[in-house]
Amino acid sequence: MMSEKAKIVSPSRRAFIGGALSVGGGLLLPTFLPGLPLIQTAQAQDALTGSLFKPNAFIRVPSQGAIILVMSHAEMGQGIYTGLAMLLAEELEVGLDQVQVEAAPADPAYIDKGASEEETGGSSSTRHCWVSLREAGAAARMMLIAAAAQRWGVEAAGCKAHEGRVTHQATGQSLSYGALADLASHQPVPEKITLKSPADFTLIGTSPRRVDTKAKTNGSARFGIDAQIPDMKVGRIMACPVKGGHLTGYNKQAALAVPGVVEVVTLPDAIAVIGDHMWAAIKGLEMASPEWDYGKNSTTSTEDIIADMKKASDQSGVTAVKRGNVQNALRNAHTRVNAVYELPFLAHAALEPINTTLHIRPDGADVWVGTQVPGRARQEVADATGLLLEKVFIHNHLIGGGFGRRLDSNSIGQAARFAKQVSYPVKLIWTREEDITQDQFRPYYYDRVSAGLTNNGAISGWHHRTTGSSVSARWSPSDMDHGLDPDAVEGAAETPYTMPDQLVEFVRHEPDALTTLWWRGVGPTHNVFVVESMIDELAHKAGQDPLALRKKLAAHQPRAIKLLDEVAKQSGWGKTLPDGHGMGVALHYSFETWAATVVEVKVEKDGQIHILSAHSAVDCGPVVFPDGVVSQIQGGLIFGFTMALYNEITLKNGRVEQSNFHNYRMMRLSEAPDIHVHILPNADAKIGGIGEVGTVAAAPALANALFAATGKRLRRIPFAKQFGKDAV
Amino acid sequence: MKFDLKVNGTLHTVDVTGDMPVLWILRDILHLTGTKYGCGVAQCGACTVHVDGQPVRSCLLTVQSAAGRDITTIEAINQTEAGARVQQAWLDEEVIQCGYCQSGQIMTATALLQKTPHPSDAEIDDAMAGNICRCGTYVRIRKAIHKAASHDV
Repeated sequence: MMSEKAKIVSPSRRAFIGGALSVGGGLLLPTFLPGLPLIQTAQAQDALTGSLFKPNAFIRVPSQGAIILVMSHAEMGQGIYTGLAMLLAEELEVGLDQVQVEAAPADPAYIDKGASEEETGGSSSTRHCWVSLREAGAAARMMLIAAAAQRWGVEAAGCKAHEGRVTHQATGQSLSYGALADLASHQPVPEKITLKSPADFTLIGTSPRRVDTKAKTNGSARFGIDAQIPDMKVGRIMACPVKGGHLTGYNKQAALAVPGVVEVVTLPDAIAVIGDHMWAAIKGLEMASPEWDYGKNSTTSTEDIIADMKKASDQSGVTAVKRGNVQNALRNAHTRVNAVYELPFLAHAALEPINTTLHIRPDGADVWVGTQVPGRARQEVADATGLLLEKVFIHNHLIGGGFGRRLDSNSIGQAARFAKQVSYPVKLIWTREEDITQDQFRPYYYDRVSAGLTNNGAISGWHHRTTGSSVSARWSPSDMDHGLDPDAVEGAAETPYTMPDQLVEFVRHEPDALTTLWWRGVGPTHNVFVVESMIDELAHKAGQDPLALRKKLAAHQPRAIKLLDEVAKQSGWGKTLPDGHGMGVALHYSFETWAATVVEVKVEKDGQIHILSAHSAVDCGPVVFPDGVVSQIQGGLIFGFTMALYNEITLKNGRVEQSNFHNYRMMRLSEAPDIHVHILPNADAKIGGIGEVGTVAAAPALANALFAATGKRLRRIPFAKQFGKDAV
Repeated sequence: MKFDLKVNGTLHTVDVTGDMPVLWILRDILHLTGTKYGCGVAQCGACTVHVDGQPVRSCLLTVQSAAGRDITTIEAINQTEAGARVQQAWLDEEVIQCGYCQSGQIMTATALLQKTPHPSDAEIDDAMAGNICRCGTYVRIRKAIHKAASHDV
């Protein structure tokens, strides 16, 4: 267990030099002091002297004080600060109690090589950093050892690094990393980096205390919304409630008459009232009574969008996979099911509402915000202000829940367009209502599936046509492949099962009245619900045990078979259950991780659903932080259950009908089942992601359990209202 | 209008309108940002503080009704015996993910233990029903409350 000394410090003002292994040295660089105008601060503090060993963008070893590990990826609850710190510290040979972590600034040095930009998403951080950060730590260790060997005039091979010190084993001489910082900064970067053997890991594979949690128990952790800048004002933003509309008028005098209101600023499609504090801004905006021209989407309802989507789904789409002869196989099938599955628009509803604090000056800008994409955030502000990119500094913060929302930086661009109209630092906050109604939403999906089984229980034809918005087309157009959005078919094109005759198509249909975005679990959260529901439907129709059928269809996937066996054993699959109880299973491979999940439910006569327990067996290859894996599966399942039971975003007259937690309902503690996570270690496999895996499994495992309990097949999310239970 | 607010044992005089919620006084005037804004309508519990020892949603608690009463926030809850135990149990059970709701969770759990030193699962369900955790840390919150109640921290 690590000590509580490790704590988070805010980002440094230092502009990092690109190139992972460039050697720095010389001045002790300042860490960001909250509340000071940063550019001036940095210059003032550059006068401080001291030695600094900065072997690369991720590690700074000062001659005195804690070693700083710079976090290239955003901490939004998934525990990545701890995971990344473990990778660096393992090879650097320091304890987590000897380090502080800080958020990286927006800088190309922190580009995620797998994503080709600065990005935290797609359950990819650990996968993409698994080798590179260990190498960064190892390079630093080798340079520290070389420095010590030089100081003592001995062979490096006779020196050993351990817990932040280098020791010459023959003589027992020993120096701390801090004492070696100056000399280490003059060592050549090693050309060949030797990583530790996994057998020698002392940190990776253990569950130390997370580096970010202590500050989160006592109110000292700083999220973006907690930024405090001298002379800062606070503003509330309201955008046109209908996408595409614009502001036509407002009562400026009434707003300014509210005590504490300072200023009203506008954009073509939004208004912000700025005050000495948020209460003045909230009341000021109410008094401003903005008026809108709602524009062309002012009559659109969800029903219209779904009807259009349904019509679009009558036509063939872009082919993702085509194998064998699907029509023949379906015709010859012994058991056949045709079904339509529908998944709703979803808001992210992270508990920290959208907010951005900015100080925009003629010569530069500072931005205090929590973002999953610091590079995009920086570009947004540069575009909005006309400032050069290098004049924009992003101070990334802890994020109070991301779930994909902070992968878009539109709110940061909007805030910059407001903030450039004022001279002082300003914190601009979206109220909860704004956060939900102006979210960018998980797409609605309308999926038609026809599938069959032979009389031997093999799949005889599988035709899956999914219709929906393409997030990739807007957000990452280079990912599009001749009109195919790989995300729209992820989890559908490749399934765990043998499908000799398979056709998977994507019909792109973009609703005008809202914007779509990534949402936890992305493509797999959509498609695994469809695929795992259909497999279950086929099993029941053919009179086969759903778990046994999966084992048969995935017989060529030994990792899947192990997990199904484990989860069957742990959950007591097949045992006799009381009336109204049922168990459902879901199997999937996503983010390079295999998982098998069994959920047990009880449904009362009045339709009340109780999720009694969940068991997940998980094989994510090598495990860096086992307790982190467990907590992500637990939390991911709750996140997915919440969506599956209760959540949908609907439009009426172009406006989002949900606005706060009273009508966009979250699961509560009393509803949360016991969740048991069984990790099956697999050190030789490729490392997999974990942050979204639980969420992917939740809806299909729950739907299948509800069918087992009641005989009612849930082909549409959310479920609770289909049992007569309103979300409210 | 001027109001005297006693927060964490210190008296502050604030000059604001009487309808201003304590939440925004804590965050924007006293700069005690551990108390979080989540919904503004007492639906999420992120803004929970103690008023005379009772858990209260500070987003709907006006300054005029709070003046003269003892307000405790997450920044000082470690000074109560139950609060310190709850914080330690939260760390020992590694409850926290994003952490944004956890100030409120800890404040509510502390009030529960101050009133009910050994709560049953049903009492925990009841007391914690108003606190949303979007990361889904509920399983561990329950464990941590039992742990704090057992004094095994």
